[in-house]
Amino acid sequence: MKLLREKATSLAPALVLLVLYLYFGFTYKGFFEPRVLAHMVGDNAFLGVTAIGVTLVILTGGIDLSVGSIVGLSGILMAWLVTNKGVPPSAALVVVIGLGTLIGLAQGFLIAKFEIAPFLVTLGGLFFARGLALLISRESIQIQDPWFKSLGLYSLPLPGGAEATLGTIVFVLLVLAATLILRFTVFGRTVYAIGGNAQSARLMGLKVDRTVLGVYAFSGFCAAVGGVLFSLYTLSGNAIAATGMELDAIAATVIGGTLLTGGYGSALGTVVGVMILGVVQSAITFNGTLSSWWTKVFIGTLLLVFMLLQRGVQRLGAGRSATS
Amino acid sequence: MKKAAGSLAAPLVMLAVLLLVDLIAYPGFFKLTLQDGALVGNVVDILNRAAPVVIISAGMVVVISTGGVDLSVGAVMAIAGAASAFVLKQSEAAKEADGPAMVKALGTGLCGGVLGGALNAFLVSVIEIQPIIATLLLMVAGRGVAQLITDGQIINFQNPAFAALGSGTFMFLPRPVWVALAVVLVVGGLTRLTSLGLFLESVGANALASRLSGVPVRAVKNFAYVLCGVTAALAGMVMSADIKAADSSNAGLYFELEAILAVALGGTSLSGGKFSITGAVIGTILMQALTTTVNSWGIDKSATLILKAGLVVTVCVLQSASVKQKLAGVFAKGAEA
Repeated sequence: MKLLREKATSLAPALVLLVLYLYFGFTYKGFFEPRVLAHMVGDNAFLGVTAIGVTLVILTGGIDLSVGSIVGLSGILMAWLVTNKGVPPSAALVVVIGLGTLIGLAQGFLIAKFEIAPFLVTLGGLFFARGLALLISRESIQIQDPWFKSLGLYSLPLPGGAEATLGTIVFVLLVLAATLILRFTVFGRTVYAIGGNAQSARLMGLKVDRTVLGVYAFSGFCAAVGGVLFSLYTLSGNAIAATGMELDAIAATVIGGTLLTGGYGSALGTVVGVMILGVVQSAITFNGTLSSWWTKVFIGTLLLVFMLLQRGVQRLGAGRSATS
Repeated sequence: MKKAAGSLAAPLVMLAVLLLVDLIAYPGFFKLTLQDGALVGNVVDILNRAAPVVIISAGMVVVISTGGVDLSVGAVMAIAGAASAFVLKQSEAAKEADGPAMVKALGTGLCGGVLGGALNAFLVSVIEIQPIIATLLLMVAGRGVAQLITDGQIINFQNPAFAALGSGTFMFLPRPVWVALAVVLVVGGLTRLTSLGLFLESVGANALASRLSGVPVRAVKNFAYVLCGVTAALAGMVMSADIKAADSSNAGLYFELEAILAVALGGTSLSGGKFSITGAVIGTILMQALTTTVNSWGIDKSATLILKAGLVVTVCVLQSASVKQKLAGVFAKGAEA
């Protein structure tokens, strides 16, 4: 029973991705070119990186609404430090990622220590980070630094005319790291245990508070990295960038098969979720006549389908185990 | 009764402190003048600007009392604003009279709210998906739907009858304030003068126990989400009437968060089980007073967001179990005596 449940929730997204990719591939000329696939990943790398952090949070049964704002804050802070303050980009990078991690850590502290609903705490984080970003600069700031530019324009040639941008490389490495952490470390297993049942995890002697702290700090870290990647991608910083992106990250996680109640899911699933969003975006671009707003409607519909599927499988499981 | 008074104390004290600071640091903050039969001043401005969030909070507090939450209100506002503006635009093209066109537009917008609320209600009460996630769906897709209605453009309209909903003055006060007051009274009456409020609280406190004692849990939840959809639609139309336009990408942006924050500030627990509409109204006015204060001091507007974040965290920490226990320990002696 458990096997069927796990297979259904983790295979369905991959199947949907495959079907969508093949369907659009045969509908639109040139969709199958490796270049297109590479762009799908590269264009969404910052979202993917952020979504990995959100995935860990959701695995514990929590939620992080602050990531979109942290992406915006990181981008504008990076641009401001480098362009307006003349800070070397490498130092700015440390400051930006440090700040993102710190905001995540503070949120984790409030959630673990005071047992405040993650929803409210990260809502506070959302306001705080966006406010800070707007205080830094309301105007968009260009980044002219040559080293930073070369990073932004860097790409690793791949076979078939495709290329991997720095964003793609970071995304792949992060997914690898997150998968290893979730599978093989005490921290990772505790994440699943908390999502399954925090009370039981605590009674088992697992370090619940510390893990919750770590998960939100990791999410802040990922969002900050996502923000840096976004500023590399646009070679600028904008305080209102990535408004509402937390929803895309959550949607990608859910579509990727991670249960919103926590305890079940994976980083790889989220990659599939992000790719589904990427395929839909590319298809709408290829079509040319559809308004980009269809992306939102389509993502909403997909979310609905996956929620119904998750519930159906859960009920099936509950019904069977109740009768057996 | 005592409990309710206790939870209202925190936001009331904060509001009082804020207004006191205004009184001392900003002479003339409370100055009211009568211009052409309309009261003008900061206090009226606070009430006027708070009105849309007050309307939504009235619906949100009912949803939260059942232990749920509705993230889709901002998107529903955008849908209702867009749909009503679309109808008005068409009526203007067909040269219909303003009155019937206004009724049609209002009806269309409210229908949008009912439909949105019904979708949320279905997902939460029938499919039994967690409310945060179920309403997230409409939050993501809803804005897309609104954009499709307006074709990504800002729709302008002229209809004075509809515009009156969100602008102009009635009995000294801006009309949105009266709309908000009416909504609060209706929702308050529905929940506090009938047993509905008790049902809502019992569902929020323990849904299973409520069902076993014969409370129609599903119907109560359905009512809450549909009501919230309707209040959101009304707020969306009040806002679009104010500017005589529907801007689907920005209308109602972050309003779900504002409304939830207002409800939480007003002492309603987000885990459900008890609620205070008065508290939600006070919470909304507190937030708007903060914004207006910051603006009138000439501080950068972005600072408001940071202050709001501070407000959320402070109130949450004060309401958290561990701090309450400590406070209870301090006050225990006084209570016993």
